[in-house]
Amino acid sequence: MTSYAATPARVRSLPRAWAFVRRHLLTVYAALALLYLMLPIGVVVLFSFNDPVGRFNYTWEGFTLDHWLNPFGVPGIQESITTSLEIAALASLTATTLGTLIALALVRYAFRGRGATNIFIFLPMTTPEVVLGASLLTLFLNLGVSTGFWTIFIAHVMFNISFVVVTVRARIVGFDRHLEEAAMDLGANEWTTFWRVTLPLIAPGIVAGALIAFALSVDDFVITNFNAGATVTFPLYVWGAARIGVPPQVNVIGTAIFAVAVILMLANVLLQRRKEHA
Amino acid sequence: MITAENAAHFPRVSKSPEPPDVRLQGVTKRFEDVLAVDELTLEIPRGSFFALLGPSGCGKTTTLRMIGGFEDPSEGRILLGDHDVTGLPSYKRDVNTVFQSYALFPHLDVFENVAFGLKRRKVAKAEIAKRAREMLAIVGLEGMDRRKPRQLSGGQQQRVALARALVNHPRVLLLDEPLGALDLKLRKQMQLELKRIQHEVGITFVHVTHDQEEAMTMADSIAVMSRGRIEQLGGPTELYERPRTAFVAGFLGVSNLLGGTVTTSGAVRVDGTGEIRVDAPLPPAGTRVQVGVRPEKLRLDDSAANSVSGTVVERAYIGVATQYVVDTPAGRLTVFVQSSGTAAEGDAVRVSWDPESTFVLEEAS
Repeated sequence: MTSYAATPARVRSLPRAWAFVRRHLLTVYAALALLYLMLPIGVVVLFSFNDPVGRFNYTWEGFTLDHWLNPFGVPGIQESITTSLEIAALASLTATTLGTLIALALVRYAFRGRGATNIFIFLPMTTPEVVLGASLLTLFLNLGVSTGFWTIFIAHVMFNISFVVVTVRARIVGFDRHLEEAAMDLGANEWTTFWRVTLPLIAPGIVAGALIAFALSVDDFVITNFNAGATVTFPLYVWGAARIGVPPQVNVIGTAIFAVAVILMLANVLLQRRKEHA
Repeated sequence: MITAENAAHFPRVSKSPEPPDVRLQGVTKRFEDVLAVDELTLEIPRGSFFALLGPSGCGKTTTLRMIGGFEDPSEGRILLGDHDVTGLPSYKRDVNTVFQSYALFPHLDVFENVAFGLKRRKVAKAEIAKRAREMLAIVGLEGMDRRKPRQLSGGQQQRVALARALVNHPRVLLLDEPLGALDLKLRKQMQLELKRIQHEVGITFVHVTHDQEEAMTMADSIAVMSRGRIEQLGGPTELYERPRTAFVAGFLGVSNLLGGTVTTSGAVRVDGTGEIRVDAPLPPAGTRVQVGVRPEKLRLDDSAANSVSGTVVERAYIGVATQYVVDTPAGRLTVFVQSSGTAAEGDAVRVSWDPESTFVLEEAS
């Protein structure tokens, strides 16, 4: 460094910057990667405060809180959000219950068809969504089921189950079976053992599975689009709106969902820390 | 640690002619086509500290798990007292288990772990608190109520597991290699501690181990198991000094075995050398037998009734004694001498022992 002391500042600043980058290569790389991931979200958040001229919210025109104060100020948006939340709640609850039971059966019991079930459970995760959506629609049409709220629900339960099974199974595999034997040894019957020992210990896996299911359900567009009939979920609403102009309210709702997710995540981290230090 | 108050809580069970606490009648267990336990018949008297001892795969843990209700026997009956419990689930049996892995509930604290069994039996809350605290005191864990299992050392976890089982005051306590995960020093300490606690609570302990020293330190009677069967059952002294099979002799410490033939005069002619006197029942004259003697019963002099001559081939200091390996016409003998001894490698020596120290194995070879 001292050898540069005599040279003019303009000349020496470039090698200095280079040296800094070399020394902090990993940090710089991580920062760039994060920026790449965060930039689109940043744009979404920023444009929720935009005051656009005309129907398109693509250029920055000026700051306003109007859309945040009136998030449901566009016809149809509130109904679509309610529908999405209802379907997500029902579908994730159903998928979590069924998925947990399937995961328990797959890990704990040897039965005919276990191998096949293990493979089939992965299929919805690996099949292209377009194919799944189209096939389901064909099925519903052939059966004469009219598409709508409940067909979306069925479709969401179907693809959510896979994710729940995979998440919960990982937790059950690492479970010490002696714990259940110990509970029964101490006088707990099968039912009590499940509620007092098994369930509390696999609960983190179940909660994680349920959250993934909920998020996937709220977010799904492709499969939903095939099976929605006249029902409009939030992604379908945004898709429809985009063709005639996206209102900033869409950004507001998107930002709000993102904020809730971040808050939940932080709460979880804090809870885990407090548990560890307790 | 014991007080008059908590001693009264666990009345000493008298070793009276009441029905044995555990009875196995012709119990067999097969896994697929593997025979784990082979027609085992066994009675464990009340209030005893009973050890099932054997190498891994001998069926001792399977036997324990069948008493606990975690495995169903393929054949035979299991009785606790007069109560036939064959086929009953473990929560309907008056036994509790200390698992090898301890199996403490990680989501519950020490107190909740200990109270788990009493809660299932709907014992009143105040009573649960009182008994759980008493039991934690007996195992030396006062003031640890609110710790979680993973905040405890291995030895402390072991004590919680013990307290959690004993607090229910079962008819029988089953211990599955309870000290296996502890280091040597702690293991020695816990051996004596377990013995003391068993004395204090007066409950029948059935203890599974592969460590002969552990079994000998703690148990009143030991069943040595091999390949799903009991090889020999008896007190520690009896098993050590009068083993009946080569397996038992070899499993409980070092032994010198010599082949020979029973003579008409009630002695044994050892192959390669002369007659030795044996102070134990012998099969008829002419029968091939193996006689044995423990290394510490051998002396490097001519002072006892039986003696052979030989050459020292190895000398090693092993702390409590000096170990000599002596080549004799009868075979290689291992000798433990308390004093450091004067014989050196290559020296010609006499090895002698008393007739009472000689045991005879049933099987000829």
